[in-house]
Amino acid sequence: MTTLAIPGGPRRIVTRRSRRSRRRHRGLTNTVMVVLTYVAAVLATLPLLLILFHLARAGVGALSLDFFTKMPEPVGEAGGGLANGIVGTLELIAIAAAVGLPVGIGAGLYVAEKKTTLLANSVRFLSDVLNGLPSIVMGIFAWQLLVRPIGHFSALAGGIALGAMMIPLVTRTTEEMIKVVPGSLREAALALGYSRWRASLAVVLRTALPGIVTGALVAVARIAGETAPLLFTAFGNQFWSTSPMQPIAALPLQIFTYAISPYDEWHALAWAGALVLILLVLLISIAARAATRARYGAAAD
Amino acid sequence: MQQLTDSGSLGPSGGAILSIPHADAHGGTHVRIPVAAPRAHATHAPEARSTPCLVAESLNAWFGEVHAVKDVSLALDEHRVTAIIGPSGCGKSTFLRCLNRMHETVPSARVTGNVTLDGHPVYGADADPTMVRRHVGMVFQRPTPFPTMSIRDNVAAGLAVLGRDRPSRRRTDEIVEDALGRAGLWNEVKDRLQQSAVALSGGQQQRLCIARALATRPRVLLLDEPTASLDPASTQKVEELLYELRNSMTVGIVTHNMQQAARVSDRTAFMLQGELVEIAATSALFTTPRDPRTEGYITGRFG
Repeated sequence: MTTLAIPGGPRRIVTRRSRRSRRRHRGLTNTVMVVLTYVAAVLATLPLLLILFHLARAGVGALSLDFFTKMPEPVGEAGGGLANGIVGTLELIAIAAAVGLPVGIGAGLYVAEKKTTLLANSVRFLSDVLNGLPSIVMGIFAWQLLVRPIGHFSALAGGIALGAMMIPLVTRTTEEMIKVVPGSLREAALALGYSRWRASLAVVLRTALPGIVTGALVAVARIAGETAPLLFTAFGNQFWSTSPMQPIAALPLQIFTYAISPYDEWHALAWAGALVLILLVLLISIAARAATRARYGAAAD
Repeated sequence: MQQLTDSGSLGPSGGAILSIPHADAHGGTHVRIPVAAPRAHATHAPEARSTPCLVAESLNAWFGEVHAVKDVSLALDEHRVTAIIGPSGCGKSTFLRCLNRMHETVPSARVTGNVTLDGHPVYGADADPTMVRRHVGMVFQRPTPFPTMSIRDNVAAGLAVLGRDRPSRRRTDEIVEDALGRAGLWNEVKDRLQQSAVALSGGQQQRLCIARALATRPRVLLLDEPTASLDPASTQKVEELLYELRNSMTVGIVTHNMQQAARVSDRTAFMLQGELVEIAATSALFTTPRDPRTEGYITGRFG
């Protein structure tokens, strides 16, 4: 007997013919699957490419120096720009980052350090819940908390609504980035006479910093284009205002207002605004990638 | 008796922190190039008695319910290298980590018993663990350079947390050079002090960690299997370094490697299953062990 006596293996020796057909069958399945993944990969990037293409075609016409430097003109007047919206969006992002980053990074540090306390588990769970919270709810929260007591809409309220959206995102990415820092580094710092908080800040947080910066930039990119939380917080402003206590213009709001208007000039401005907004987000994402690369560059070896 | 507390006037040099006796004999300032303390020359003769420096009495340590160190009393003598050998899991690393209060940084860890450093209680009510660790430096099995810091900043890392006693920039540079010199690394890195420490080889990283521990001039240096992840050439360099170190400080080393213990230490302790079986002059322990379990281990019958 020359059977291959593999325990539990096939009883009969597979004939040459059926082996060949099986091989062909496997090859076919493989090809089909590979093609399917290619199709899925293309489909995944298609929406972004279509949006970019369409925005570029429709928006580039209205883009000029005026768009960045001039105020919006009344209906019927030619030209005009969205200078106030661009500045307003940058100011809102700044306020959001000032609120969201310290709280988010601090919470992430806490959760990473005190892994198993009740508070840490609650923060972790609630962050995940908050991450999925509809952004308009965040707007209502800021309206209730700030707009109502103050009595009017303000850039501050809008920035805080956006900042609150950043917190859970930043918390979770910070925690993940700190978790990758080897515990031996903290131990080494403690053994050198570092206090606990000092070891956490000067060694652990600092080692995780490039990753945290990446997470922060991703969070900023995520909130930069948010419209819903601003509807009844920052509210929008047709005039030039940089005061945090006054309603402020914002690109997404301006795009929304212009897009639902019946005027062709405003439609063109809305397209241009959308293009600028998406380029801003793209820019931030590229910066995030650069920060990530710095991290892995330094961590090599 | 003065406690190990942060009184504000504490410094990185061996003596400034606690007004420990002998401190001024060898290292009153950060920058003085260490000279062998006069008494150290005669030391390698194992019979010569030395003063106990870091003393553990009836030390017990737990991880949760696991009783890792059982009633160990052991003294590290001043200006001697004391090796602790034993099979994996015998509690030797845990014991070492109790000496500078690193054991308690692990959740669920517990310690009972006494440890004194030059007579000062390490586990006293007023003792500050960070102060203890400044006096009792530690080097771990795997090199742990801080990846975000340059070679220079790594060595100076222990000095950066001294608050008011933090040395000036120029003084720090001198201390860094001195510490790297003592760790035998200066010539290899002097031209790239500002480069990242993770670009160094494993052996260089470990010597960098030793330099980092030396920069604050601890009274005692504890090493937890410092050569376990190094190649033979690097191991030899570290061992030569340990041999030199006894001139200026008290050293405790945990090792798997009995040949290493025999090469570098004055006294050797053998631990088994959390208990201290035997401690004796190294030559005596390896030639005429008193306990049959020690003999079994060193002749390779188990472990």
